Amino acid sequence: MSVLEPSDAKQIAEMISWIVAEGDTLEIVAGGTKRALGRPMKTDHLLDVSRLSGIVEYEAAELVLTAQPGEPLASINAELAKKRQMLAFEPPDWRALLGAEGEPTLGGVIACNLAGPRRVRAGSARDYILGFSAVNGFGEIWKAGGKVVKNVTGYDMCKLQAGAYGTLSALTELTVKVMPKPETACTIVLHGLADDLAIPTLANALNSPFEVSGAAHLPASAARRSKVSVVAAGLGAATAMRLEGPRPSVVYRTTALESLVGRGARLNEAETEAFWSEVGAVQPFLAQGSRIVWRLCPTPSQAPSVAYSILSGLQSAEFYFDWGGGLIWLSLDSEEAGPDAGAGIVRPVVKTAGGHATLVVAPEAVRASVPVFEPLSAGLAQLTARVKSGFDPRGVLNPGRMQEGP
Amino acid sequence: MIAMPEPDRAVLGRRAEIVQALRRLVPGEGVIDKQNELRAFESDGLTAYRQSPMVAVLPETTAQVVDVLRYCAANKVKVVPRGAGTSLSGGALPLADGVLLGMGKFNKILDIDVANRCVVAQPGVTNLGITHAVQGLGLYYAPDPSSQIACTIGGNVAENSGGVHCLKYGLTTNNVIGIEMVTIDGEIVRLGGKHFDSEGYDLLGVMVGSEGMLGVVTEVTVRILPKPPGARALLIGFSTVEGAGDCVADVIGGGIIPGGMEIMDRPAVAAAEVFVHAGYPLDCEALLIVELDGCEAEVDHLTAAVETIAERHGATSCRTSQSEAERLLFWAGRKAAFPAVGRISPDYYCMDGTIPRREIGRVLQQMKQMEARFGLRVANVFHAGDGNLHPLILYDANKPGELDRAEAFGSEILRLCVHVGGVLTGEHGVGVEKRDLMDTMFNEIDLNQQQRLKCAFDSDSLLNPGKVFPQLCRCAELGRMHVHAGKVAFPDLPRF
Repeated sequence: MSVLEPSDAKQIAEMISWIVAEGDTLEIVAGGTKRALGRPMKTDHLLDVSRLSGIVEYEAAELVLTAQPGEPLASINAELAKKRQMLAFEPPDWRALLGAEGEPTLGGVIACNLAGPRRVRAGSARDYILGFSAVNGFGEIWKAGGKVVKNVTGYDMCKLQAGAYGTLSALTELTVKVMPKPETACTIVLHGLADDLAIPTLANALNSPFEVSGAAHLPASAARRSKVSVVAAGLGAATAMRLEGPRPSVVYRTTALESLVGRGARLNEAETEAFWSEVGAVQPFLAQGSRIVWRLCPTPSQAPSVAYSILSGLQSAEFYFDWGGGLIWLSLDSEEAGPDAGAGIVRPVVKTAGGHATLVVAPEAVRASVPVFEPLSAGLAQLTARVKSGFDPRGVLNPGRMQEGP
Repeated sequence: MIAMPEPDRAVLGRRAEIVQALRRLVPGEGVIDKQNELRAFESDGLTAYRQSPMVAVLPETTAQVVDVLRYCAANKVKVVPRGAGTSLSGGALPLADGVLLGMGKFNKILDIDVANRCVVAQPGVTNLGITHAVQGLGLYYAPDPSSQIACTIGGNVAENSGGVHCLKYGLTTNNVIGIEMVTIDGEIVRLGGKHFDSEGYDLLGVMVGSEGMLGVVTEVTVRILPKPPGARALLIGFSTVEGAGDCVADVIGGGIIPGGMEIMDRPAVAAAEVFVHAGYPLDCEALLIVELDGCEAEVDHLTAAVETIAERHGATSCRTSQSEAERLLFWAGRKAAFPAVGRISPDYYCMDGTIPRREIGRVLQQMKQMEARFGLRVANVFHAGDGNLHPLILYDANKPGELDRAEAFGSEILRLCVHVGGVLTGEHGVGVEKRDLMDTMFNEIDLNQQQRLKCAFDSDSLLNPGKVFPQLCRCAELGRMHVHAGKVAFPDLPRF
C-alpha cells in the first residue's frame, strides 16, 4: 500500500483520476483516529489529507468558520474559544474508545457525523455544515452550499457528505456554522432512579421550557466509573440534566427544573464539563478489557425496554443512556456475544423499537463479517447504491466502509 | 421571463387516454381535467408565471400516490407535486404536459408523541396546524415561514422553509426527523423516524429542500419544542442601515442569539407604519427589531445587554415591549411589511438572497444605484441575524416593460449577493425564478454533481423538470466516466 500525501485539492483530483485509471482503490484519512470505525477496508492506497490543514476564514460575528479538512479539532476549538464560541454539536472524543492516537480533525468528525450530548438540543454535525468543496470519484473538484448561515440554493449536499464516511467524495474544504459558547453551565444529578423511571424523567425535562442541553442516565455500574466524584459517590444510578446559558438564567432554570424533576446534587461548571465529556467519550465503557461496544439509536421512549430485552438475551450487557434515551451505549462480553457480536439479539430488538444499531468496538474480523451499520431495506439499499454510483461509479473511495461491496 | 421546457406533443396528444387511466387510479373527484377548474392550479406564490397543468390529480392515500407515480413513470408523463401552492420561487408551477399532483387531501395529524417530542403529520397539514395541535401542551413547531397559515408541511420539506426564528431554532431541515416518501418508480421509502441519526446516507437531509424533484413526501415527522415561557421585543432606530448592521454583529459577537432579529429600511418602515400603526419611529433610516425569548431571568438579562449594545452603536431610539400585546404589535408591522408594500405599489417582486452581514452597507448602497438605473424603487426587509435579504422591488405589471425590468433588477441584486460571498436564496428556493442564475454560484461540474444525485432518484427527469437547473438532466451522459489510462495528468506515484 502506498501513502499519498496531497497538499491541495488539485493534487487530490489528479491522484483520484490516476487511481481510477489504474483500477485501484483508496482509503481517506487525516488524523486517522476513526479508522477503526466502520467496516475494515483493504485498499490499494492511503490518501492522507493531513496536509490540507489550516483555518481559511473565521468571522465570529457571522457565525461562520471555513477550514481545511485536516485541521485538528483541538486547534479549531482553541481558535473558537478566543471569541467565546464553539462547535455546538459537541464533537465527542472517541480516541480511547477506538484505541486510537493522533489528532481528530474537522473533516473526520464531519465525515462520520458525530455529535456529543448536546445533540439532543442542538443537532448533529450535519446540522452545522454550510458548504464544502471536495473531489468525487470522477476525479472532479466540486462544491456545494455556501459560506453564509442561511442557504437553500440547490440540493443540500452538505447533509449527504456528513455521515458518508468518505464514500462519496474526499473533502477539501469545509464551512461550518459556529455558535456562542454558553456563559456558564450547571448539571442536576438525580441519584438512584430505575431506568424505566429515569427516561420519562428526562423526557419531562426535555419537554420543559428550561432548555435542557444534556440528558443522560447512567445505571449504577456506569455511574460508579465516573471520575466526577459527585456522580460516582451516589452509589447508584445517576440521571443528569445539563443547563447552559447566561448566569442569571442558569440559576433560575436550575431551581425551576428541580421543582419539576425533584432536587438533586448539582455539578458546578468544571464538573459539568468533565462529566459530559465522559458521557460523549463513552468513558464508562473504557478500560474494560476486550468487550464489544454497540451504539443504539432507538425511539427514545423505548430505551428502557430495548435495554431489558437485550439484557434478557445477553446477561453480560451493560448500558448507559444519552440524548434522553435516544442513544444507548451497550457493552457486551465478547465471549457471550459470540461470533456475531450479539447482532442476532441486538438488531431485532432495536429495529422493533424503531431505530438502528451500529457496531462500534469489535475485533476487525468481527467487523468484517457482521454488518457494522444497520442493514438497509431492499429499496433503500438500491437507492443508496445508485447515489454512491452517482459520486463514485468505480467504487474507488473508501470502498466497503459502510456496506459490503463497492 | 424564464422559459419552461417545450411541452411533449406526444404526451399532449394522449391527454384523454392519460386522464382516463388516472381516473381509474384515483376515482371520484380526484382527477380534474376541465380547463376552468384547472385554472385554480395555474400559479403559485410567484404570480408572474402562469401555466395550467395538463391534468390535476388529488390523491387521498399513499397507495394512490404510488399508483399515479408508477403510471406516470411507465408512460413517461411529467409530475409536479404541490402543497398549498405558496412557493415564492415557482416551485409548484405546473407544466402544460404534466400531471399536477396536489397533496391537499393529506391533511391529518397522525400522531402526537410527547414522550418522543414529535408529531407525525400528513404532508398537507399546514405549518401552523402542527403548532395548533400541540400548543395546549405548551409545545410548538419552530420554523415559521410568513405563509404559515396556508403553507403545508410537505411544501416546507420540499423548500426547506425558514422564518424569522430560524437563526436560533433552525430551518425545516433541522426540525424534520423523518419522512415517508414515494419515488417516481412507485417505491415507498421511509427515511429517519422518531429516532436520532440516519442508518445510512442522510437521504432525509437531501430530500428536505429538494424542491419536489426527488420524490413525493406522504408523511412527515417533525420535532416539537417547548414554547419559551416569555419573550420581549425591542424596537431600535438607527440613522444608517450600516449602524443597525454593526449593532447586529455586536449582539451576535457578544454571544446572544435572539429568537428573531429583523431590519427594515426607511421605505419599508413607512409603508408598514401607515398600514399597521405599530408605533414605529419614522425618523430613522433603519429599524431593528430584536426578540429575546426564554425564561424571565434570561429575557431580563439579555434585554439589558442588547439595550447597552444598541446605545453603544448610536441608536436614535430604543423601545422595549412592556406587554405581550405590545410585543405582538411590534411584530405586526414587520409581518405585514409585504402587504403594506403592496398598498404603495400595484405589484412587488420579493427577492431572497443571503449575504455575509458585514457586506450589508455595500450591498444596500449598490442597490440604491440600481434603483436609479432601473427606474424602480425598492423597500428592504431582512432577517438581520442570518443576512437573509428580502428586497421588495416595486413595479406595475400594467406598465409595459416594468415586469421585465423588475426581473432584471432582481437578477442583478442576486448576482451582487453572490459576488459579495453570499447565495441566491436563503429560504424561498430556486424554483423557476432563480434557475438561470445557478451558474453564478456553481460551475458545470458542481451542477453536474447535483444532477447525478437527481438521476439516482429519477433517471428520466419526470419529477418537476424545468426547476432549479438551467439544463435538463442527461443522466446517461452524466454517469459516464471518461478514463484514459496512461493519459492522466498524474502518472507517477512515488513522487508523493
